[in-house]
Amino acid sequence: MLEVKNLRAGIEGVEILKGLDLTVKPGEVHAIMGPNGSGKSTFAQVLAGHPAYEVTGGTITFEGKDVLEMAADERARAGMFLAFQYPIAIRGITNAYFLQSAVNAVRKERGLEELDTLDFAETLEKKLELIGWDDSLIHRAVNDGFSGGEKKRNEILQLAVLEPKLAILDETDSGLDIDAVKAVADAVNTLRSADRSFVIVTHYERILNYIAPDHVHVLAGGKIVMSGDMKLALELEAKGYDWITEGAAVAT
Amino acid sequence: MTKADTRKSVAAELKQAAEAYVEAHGRFATNGAAAAPKWLKERRDQAISRFAEVGFPSTRLEEWRFTDVKAIARTSFALAGEADLGGLEATVSAHVVGAPDQHVAVFVNGRFTPSLSRLGQLPSGVLAGSLGDALSRDTERVQGLLGHLAPEEANPFTALNTAFVHDGAFLYVPEDTKLERPVHFLFLSVPVSDVPLVIHPRNLMVVDRGAQATVLETYATHGEGVFWTNAVTEVSVGENATLDAYRIQRESEDAFHTAATHSRQERSSNYSFITFSLGGGLTRHDIKVVLDGEGADATLDGLSMLRGRQHTDHHTTLEHAKPNCTSWEYFNGVFDDRARGVFNGRIIVRPGAQKTDSKQTNNSLLLSPSARADSQPQLEIYADDVRCTHGATLGPIDDDHMFYLQSRGLTAKEAEALLTYGFGSEILNAVKSAPLRQALDRLVRRWLAEA
Repeated sequence: MLEVKNLRAGIEGVEILKGLDLTVKPGEVHAIMGPNGSGKSTFAQVLAGHPAYEVTGGTITFEGKDVLEMAADERARAGMFLAFQYPIAIRGITNAYFLQSAVNAVRKERGLEELDTLDFAETLEKKLELIGWDDSLIHRAVNDGFSGGEKKRNEILQLAVLEPKLAILDETDSGLDIDAVKAVADAVNTLRSADRSFVIVTHYERILNYIAPDHVHVLAGGKIVMSGDMKLALELEAKGYDWITEGAAVAT
Repeated sequence: MTKADTRKSVAAELKQAAEAYVEAHGRFATNGAAAAPKWLKERRDQAISRFAEVGFPSTRLEEWRFTDVKAIARTSFALAGEADLGGLEATVSAHVVGAPDQHVAVFVNGRFTPSLSRLGQLPSGVLAGSLGDALSRDTERVQGLLGHLAPEEANPFTALNTAFVHDGAFLYVPEDTKLERPVHFLFLSVPVSDVPLVIHPRNLMVVDRGAQATVLETYATHGEGVFWTNAVTEVSVGENATLDAYRIQRESEDAFHTAATHSRQERSSNYSFITFSLGGGLTRHDIKVVLDGEGADATLDGLSMLRGRQHTDHHTTLEHAKPNCTSWEYFNGVFDDRARGVFNGRIIVRPGAQKTDSKQTNNSLLLSPSARADSQPQLEIYADDVRCTHGATLGPIDDDHMFYLQSRGLTAKEAEALLTYGFGSEILNAVKSAPLRQALDRLVRRWLAEA
């Protein structure tokens, strides 16, 4: 589904990713762990197509398509989704209206009829039911005045509604208390399926205890330096990152 | 000529430009307006003297720094007379937006036009319609208010309006009366191709103690040509009264529009004024709200959406004269092409007006590198136990906002439209009447679709 080969990228002339390789198959959940400054968030932003990042080498293919040739909105319509570490507030636009616009952007691309407000309300209700959340967020302006936890939950709600094939979660667990981490993990587990893959970028193994990834990778110095399964995450939790990153230049 | 000489000659020109209006006033006073009561004639005479003395304001004056009215001063405007009413019905229905059962008073070229109006059944004691009629039928009430809320010293254009007081909107809602349906005052200007025309609509709205009302003023153009609307609205909100007032400006790019809206609130009254500036060539609107009784609450919101070379300037003043009053001000502006917006927000807290709680926000969105906005808060606080805050944002759409929306599948164009709609939506959401909100929502969407 996703194939990243020897990816090199940076921002403002500073190279952060220095030859990253990653292969994600349909239905797999991959965790990418790493210390601060290892390039985790850069990788997430580059996958989503943030224009401020410059790709200087390597390839990214998604379902056989050259992702680097696609703008952020094309990637989204092709089925890629990034849950932001720092979601953006949009004043004056309710979550419901925003989600309706996003869903219709995808439907338009696929030649489907756009959903009107009533049809969409029904879709939204079903999704909320599926992940077991109430509708308290949907009539408020997007992320405007939301608490940290509400913002992260809102990203997962968008994920649920937009039904991507590949979801990248950028430190969705950071800053959340344990109940909120559980709520997010439960929703992610509900949304897991044989044809939907996840890349979970995180500093801590905490959320992985609830999600149980198929693969765990350690990113350090802009490269994947070690791969394994959940045992690797537990080892990192016990021993920290130093034993791995020693020798690997940590990107700043 | 040196720069100083040029400035001097412009100042002299602006002052001199007033002379044509003094002459026009002379003709006006001896013709149609000759039947006016003595007090009104005196007030008009006083006002034209004031205008002759100050002339058109120059950009050297702080209050007029960003809005150059030379184009008005240099145009020779004739006082608009009666217009041909043919074909106006469609224009009227296109502009009568909002509740289907509203009371409608139409003014064509500043004159009340009963044949196009639909005032319907008004509750007992409520007077709604023409100030011209009220001047003859209800002269004492008008005398006590006209020019007291909007003094001619406030602004040269207010003085000019007073000099030509003739007709305009009039609303009187007596004590403890609830006016269920909104009253819509629609001002249609009908330009002619060869002569620039001017009107001076004068509006007076009185909501007495314990009364409730919703009013809407719309200013629109029918046809093409240069037209100048110089409007003044005076509003009195009595003790425990509630007035929800809306104003929509949808004029042509050839329109000049100068206006002043002055309101005074008594104890525990609620007044909300939301203004939509959606079209006009050069617009200057001075809005002043005086909270003159304890526990009064004022909301003052505005949305400007302009493109082309349109210019709009809102100068607002919220004066807290008594303690324990609250005011909330929120102005958003969206400017495309070479359009320009000016916002000047003054908050005055008089000595003794303790426990004042006032919040002012002004956001300007620039959709083109040639668009421009200026925002200036002015806080004058003479009491020590108050809370006054202000904030402003100004600039193009933020890249991070664009990326966020694009990462959800919206194209750059859709993302820009949605973010811009959000700017408008913030003000639309404050509109209490659902049908009016929906109608304004359609106007905002239409504006966006025209991009």
